[in-house]
Amino acid sequence: MDRRESIKTLLLGALGTSALINGCAPDHGDHRKLQDVYNFDSYGRTTEEKLRDADLFAENFFSDHEIETVAILCDLILPATDTAGSASDAHVPEFIDFMVKDAASLQGDFRTGIRWLDGYSKTKFGYDFSLITEAQKIEILDEIAYPDNATDENQAGIDFFRTIRNLTLTGYYTTQMGWDDLGYVGNRPNVWDGIPEEVLNEHELEYEPEWLAKCVDQTKHNITAEWDEDGNLIT
Amino acid sequence: MEIIKSRKEYDAVIVGSGAGGGMSAKILAEKGLNVAIIEAGPYFDPAQDKYRTQLRPSWESPRRGSGSTRAFGDFDAAYGGWDIEGEPYTKTEGTDFGWFRSRMLGGRTNHWGRISLRFGPLDFKRKDWDGIGDNWPIGYEDVKPYYDRVDKMIGVFGSKEGIFNEPDGFFLPPPKPRLHELYYIKGARKAGIPVIPSRLSILTKRLNNNRGVCFYCGQCNRACQIYADFSAGTCLIFPAQKSTGRIDLYLNAMAKEVLTDGNGKATAVSYINKDDGSEQEIKAKVIVLGASACSTARILLNSKSATHPDGLGNSSGLIGRYLHDSTGTGRAALVPELMNRKIYNEDGVGGMHIYTPWWLNKEKLDFPRGYHLEIWGGMGMPSYGIGFDTTYLNSYFNETVGGYGDKLRDDVKRFFGSVMGISVRGESVPQFDNYCEIDPEVKDKWGIPVLRFHYKWTDYERLQARHAHETLENIFDAMGAIPMGDKPGADTDYGLAPPGLIIHEVGTTRMGDDPASSVTNRYNQLHDADNVFVVDAGVFVSQADKNPTWTIMALSIRASEYIVDQLQKQNL
Repeated sequence: MDRRESIKTLLLGALGTSALINGCAPDHGDHRKLQDVYNFDSYGRTTEEKLRDADLFAENFFSDHEIETVAILCDLILPATDTAGSASDAHVPEFIDFMVKDAASLQGDFRTGIRWLDGYSKTKFGYDFSLITEAQKIEILDEIAYPDNATDENQAGIDFFRTIRNLTLTGYYTTQMGWDDLGYVGNRPNVWDGIPEEVLNEHELEYEPEWLAKCVDQTKHNITAEWDEDGNLIT
Repeated sequence: MEIIKSRKEYDAVIVGSGAGGGMSAKILAEKGLNVAIIEAGPYFDPAQDKYRTQLRPSWESPRRGSGSTRAFGDFDAAYGGWDIEGEPYTKTEGTDFGWFRSRMLGGRTNHWGRISLRFGPLDFKRKDWDGIGDNWPIGYEDVKPYYDRVDKMIGVFGSKEGIFNEPDGFFLPPPKPRLHELYYIKGARKAGIPVIPSRLSILTKRLNNNRGVCFYCGQCNRACQIYADFSAGTCLIFPAQKSTGRIDLYLNAMAKEVLTDGNGKATAVSYINKDDGSEQEIKAKVIVLGASACSTARILLNSKSATHPDGLGNSSGLIGRYLHDSTGTGRAALVPELMNRKIYNEDGVGGMHIYTPWWLNKEKLDFPRGYHLEIWGGMGMPSYGIGFDTTYLNSYFNETVGGYGDKLRDDVKRFFGSVMGISVRGESVPQFDNYCEIDPEVKDKWGIPVLRFHYKWTDYERLQARHAHETLENIFDAMGAIPMGDKPGADTDYGLAPPGLIIHEVGTTRMGDDPASSVTNRYNQLHDADNVFVVDAGVFVSQADKNPTWTIMALSIRASEYIVDQLQKQNL
């Protein structure tokens, strides 16, 4: 959605984009938003980018029923473990709620995907997906979570599940909770001095002495560089 | 820094604050000239928290670093991209070109991968070597002293290797290779392909007291808050402003044209003040254009007068002609030995620690120009895209694809850091028929006529890309890695990126000794207007397989000192 369109949406007030698409009164708006979880006041934005963010934060796309369904799916995709929280513990539903506004091409995938899921669930069990039992949910999941099992009947569900699985994993592993689960330890000042010895051993690799001789001596990195006339570093 | 709006006359007005313009500003100001810089975008200083994206974890961006407004993602330092609202460009049907612009202090130097390679002796004289295209009017020996100065002024790590067409310089020491890079070294050597430490303008060792030493976050594209990587703002303009007090910045100022007097001599640059839409001008004795190859061509072509009816400096009709970009393609591979890795911090510098320079200058091949190989991979920061289709990697091992629950957590952990890739960056052959010109219909939102591009790759580039993909498979084979996706074929031009995608566009105001076949002379001076100089990559006669920035800066020093010399001799 471009900026002009999003301003139009703001002007429409409570009857936002989803009303225009659905042609019926939506029941959205009360669920928690990503900007309620994190502070996005300063992450190096330009003036235009700040305005765009503000527009997106003010917008709604999902209805309450849709975000509820998204949250159920997120936690089926990544339930809590003994050591790590669930997708909704990591605020993945709020992240997806933001992403469908930021990347408008996702909107159709989610709206038609949830509609397909509810339709399939009604046919099979008589109710929307959010209202069926846990066991019934798992039964449907087992039909749409494996692309190799695609049939004409469930292809739309498989496509949608792929999209929401991708966004759930990304939304989870881009949080502190996800980083901790993965064990990621980068993004901090340090001094790189090569691959740890035990890793080299495990991979049966070693640094060649000739190559190492060219590399930085980290005990001297704070001494100002000087060269001789031939470009040999002498400090 | 305060924005000066005075209307004083300057010794020099420079359009653009990137590699060429920034370097020229520094040299001219240090020689005592009063300098104005016109920059189309806002101020930027990564040391100030409001501009900083470095070290921000993924969740500080609501889109987790994806690229809704910046082509390389939310945390990339470069504003702008291939598409900028209100600043269109057009293409002739059946041709393709993407034009990346970064409107901000320091321009595209804020994004670039800091790969800093000297052109070698062959790169200035390719026609002598393969009979195709044109030679530069100058050679490596003319530029070498300036490369030496750029090395010492800005800092570049690398190693002395004694390779004829990959000249050594004054290097800082390179960092040790990462794990996937050791696997690459092993595989490439087995495939008979050389590997050497990379050459990046990042301070692995102290260079001076204005700048810090790299703290290995691997995020140079986010711009370094302690200035341990190069960008034109932090390493050229700021220190020169501080030491000389002779550089005024005119920001959010979109250059429109170079104004000339009745004799055809340039007198001023006009610009649109983007804050209020007004048109203003700055008078100067010398006009220096460092707006980028295509922006400079656009400004000159839009500078029409009775004396210069086809645009300033365009008596040859060649402004905009010979536009060329580097070629680009690449492929990713899964390295089974890197699955289930022990996780540690291997961020390193912002970019590769090793690379393969072009190694087949002496071979008889079915294409004329070479390419180098850039290696990527490792346990980078999980950001938008992590987990996307990770489960599909199971198909390489005939294991179940898809699912939900703990299996997905295991997939993410099992494959984290196991995919690496090789990017190919090559030399294209400049063509008269690849060019930009002024679109007779379309104007940007400031009312300035825009560029229209005509660009097609030739078989020289297609056959080069085909060769490159054979090379990549040979290396992956030798590494025991599994190439991902399909090897691109003739139907997709062997995976060749559309022109403009590699962001090395050059050649639009090429230099030469003959005013009939070139726009600028060997000192970057317009043949048709003595007091107008081009210090961006427009002057390149041919773009080697190497990144152009180091050569832009070396030539900018050379041109700027020539300006001072000519002013002293009262020749301008």
